[in-house]
Amino acid sequence: MSHLMEIRDLKITFGGLDALSGLNFHVDEGEIVSVIGPNGAGKTTFFNAITGLVDPTEGDILFDGESILGLDPHQVTGLGIARTFQNVRLFPNMTVLENIMVAQHCRTSQLVLGALLQTSAFKKEEREIEERAKEVLAFFGSRLVGYRYDQPAFVLSYANRRRLEVARAMATQPRLMLLDEPVAGMNPMETAELTALIGRLRSEWGFTIVMIEHDMRVVRDVSDRVVVLDHGVPIAQGSYDEVSTNPDVVEAYLGRPAEDQA
Amino acid sequence: MTATIERKSARQVSKVDRFLTLIRIFLVSLIVIGVLAFIAQQVAPDNPFARWRNPDAVGLTGDQFKGLLMSGLSQGAMYGLIALGYSMVYGVLGFINFAHGEVFMAGAMTGFIASDKFSANGLWESNFLLSLVIIIVLAIMVSTLTAVLMERVAYRPLRESPRLIPLITSIGVSFFIQNAVMGVFGPSTKSYPQLPQWLSKQRSILTFEIAGTKLLVLLVAAMSMAGLWYLVERTRTGKAMRAVAEDKEIAALMGINVNRTIVTTFAVGGAMAGIAGILWGLLFRSVTHMTGFLPGIKAFTAAVVGGIGNLPGAMIGGISLGSAESIAPLVILEPLGVPGVSQLKDAVAFTVLVLVLLFKPSGLFGEQLSAEDRA
Repeated sequence: MSHLMEIRDLKITFGGLDALSGLNFHVDEGEIVSVIGPNGAGKTTFFNAITGLVDPTEGDILFDGESILGLDPHQVTGLGIARTFQNVRLFPNMTVLENIMVAQHCRTSQLVLGALLQTSAFKKEEREIEERAKEVLAFFGSRLVGYRYDQPAFVLSYANRRRLEVARAMATQPRLMLLDEPVAGMNPMETAELTALIGRLRSEWGFTIVMIEHDMRVVRDVSDRVVVLDHGVPIAQGSYDEVSTNPDVVEAYLGRPAEDQA
Repeated sequence: MTATIERKSARQVSKVDRFLTLIRIFLVSLIVIGVLAFIAQQVAPDNPFARWRNPDAVGLTGDQFKGLLMSGLSQGAMYGLIALGYSMVYGVLGFINFAHGEVFMAGAMTGFIASDKFSANGLWESNFLLSLVIIIVLAIMVSTLTAVLMERVAYRPLRESPRLIPLITSIGVSFFIQNAVMGVFGPSTKSYPQLPQWLSKQRSILTFEIAGTKLLVLLVAAMSMAGLWYLVERTRTGKAMRAVAEDKEIAALMGINVNRTIVTTFAVGGAMAGIAGILWGLLFRSVTHMTGFLPGIKAFTAAVVGGIGNLPGAMIGGISLGSAESIAPLVILEPLGVPGVSQLKDAVAFTVLVLVLLFKPSGLFGEQLSAEDRA
């Protein structure tokens, strides 16, 4: 069986500096894979390459067996890859509901003419978009429903903004979801809650998830597989227990003991 | 050392502030005294305050005032329609498209060419409504096409460059279109054919005497604005436009085709300018290759007055600007004894701009853009 996403010998160079070099990676349908590594290891660049925000210098990215290199970001989203950002990036002046509705843009087809003529197909589609948006928001319990629908996104609390960003990624109806530090800056309770939600994203919505995360408890609790990057090179891969005891990984994070350096 | 430098710069700022405060006080007292003198004239033409600066002042009758208001509103509605284009492009791309006035001129020019042909073959007289609809549609098409071509040829290649570069390019585009139109159609003033009597005659609505043409201008402008508001707030295309305005990169990741959305923005702004062009032609019945210049600058002013990037603000800014330049010369300047007030329209319009920038730099309805948004 072919992988859902496969990355071959990916190399990205920014003005002589290798952000990623020779990365091979794959994720299968229904997996949750964590990507960890020290700051500057190339994790976010890796996401940017998949979503078409930066062009790789070498290598290939296959999604569902087809190369997605050179596609525009909106085309990548159309194929079924969604992502969230390390520093939450919503549409702050649009309402909660609109943030979700706009994310279904690539799944809808009605043009301006339909809106002006108020065709029944247009009205039906608008209703469906709104229904789906509410369904997505209901996934987060009572936090983003009811009176929240019509609040602009900038009034939300930090944790709710993070939730809204995940909801927005869900609304693009992806097969693969890329989460960039989903629990960064959250308190332990919120972290535990979101960790449980990440598990449910797979079990209830059927998303495959690749996640960048620094919180090792979250990584341990949800991932099937962990990939460790350091200086743009994968240094270890395997289950959480295998990776967390791997000497190379310990070294990348903590440095070498002083006596070995001599 | 650092302490002295800070104190010095603080003093410099306060000097500038004091100067600005003086200007504020001067402008406000000018307006207040002018209006008070006007009221004094209206109440009792012989009292000394009324005759203090301008002994010949006669004041205005109620009908004259209403007439000024109606002229101002219809003129302002056209500024508003053009201002929408400035505001939308600013919202999405963050630069001022100074060539937008030429898009408006292209609409007015198309209207002239088509109506001249209709007038020659008799359709204008025999079936005015049909020819009106045709020239409106043609003007919208030509203006939209002009705006879209402008984006494709001049601005898209500069998308990633600093904002000053497309700004200057837009001035170049403006000159290019003006001169191209002059080269093709000549520099003479072109007159629209006579409008039928039933349209242009004076009508009386709620005690307001208004020329039918002005009424048409107000109605069409109101309808266009309502349509645009619906498009932006309620449709999928409008949501995509707002999303692109807030964050292009994220919008793309949400599956929105950013280029197509930007083209749509130019097209819609162009269509509004095309409608304004036809209305201008019908109201003033003359058009030259320079027609787009002053209304373009005024509409830009209107967009700033209303708060650039804000669509209802652009429309309200246009209407306020139009009314102000129509009313203020006679209400504020005439009682102060300023000579030749009816020629000071343009000065009034730009004084309004100065006032808004002094008192509320973000415009009447401007949003405070957070640093995060503008980054």
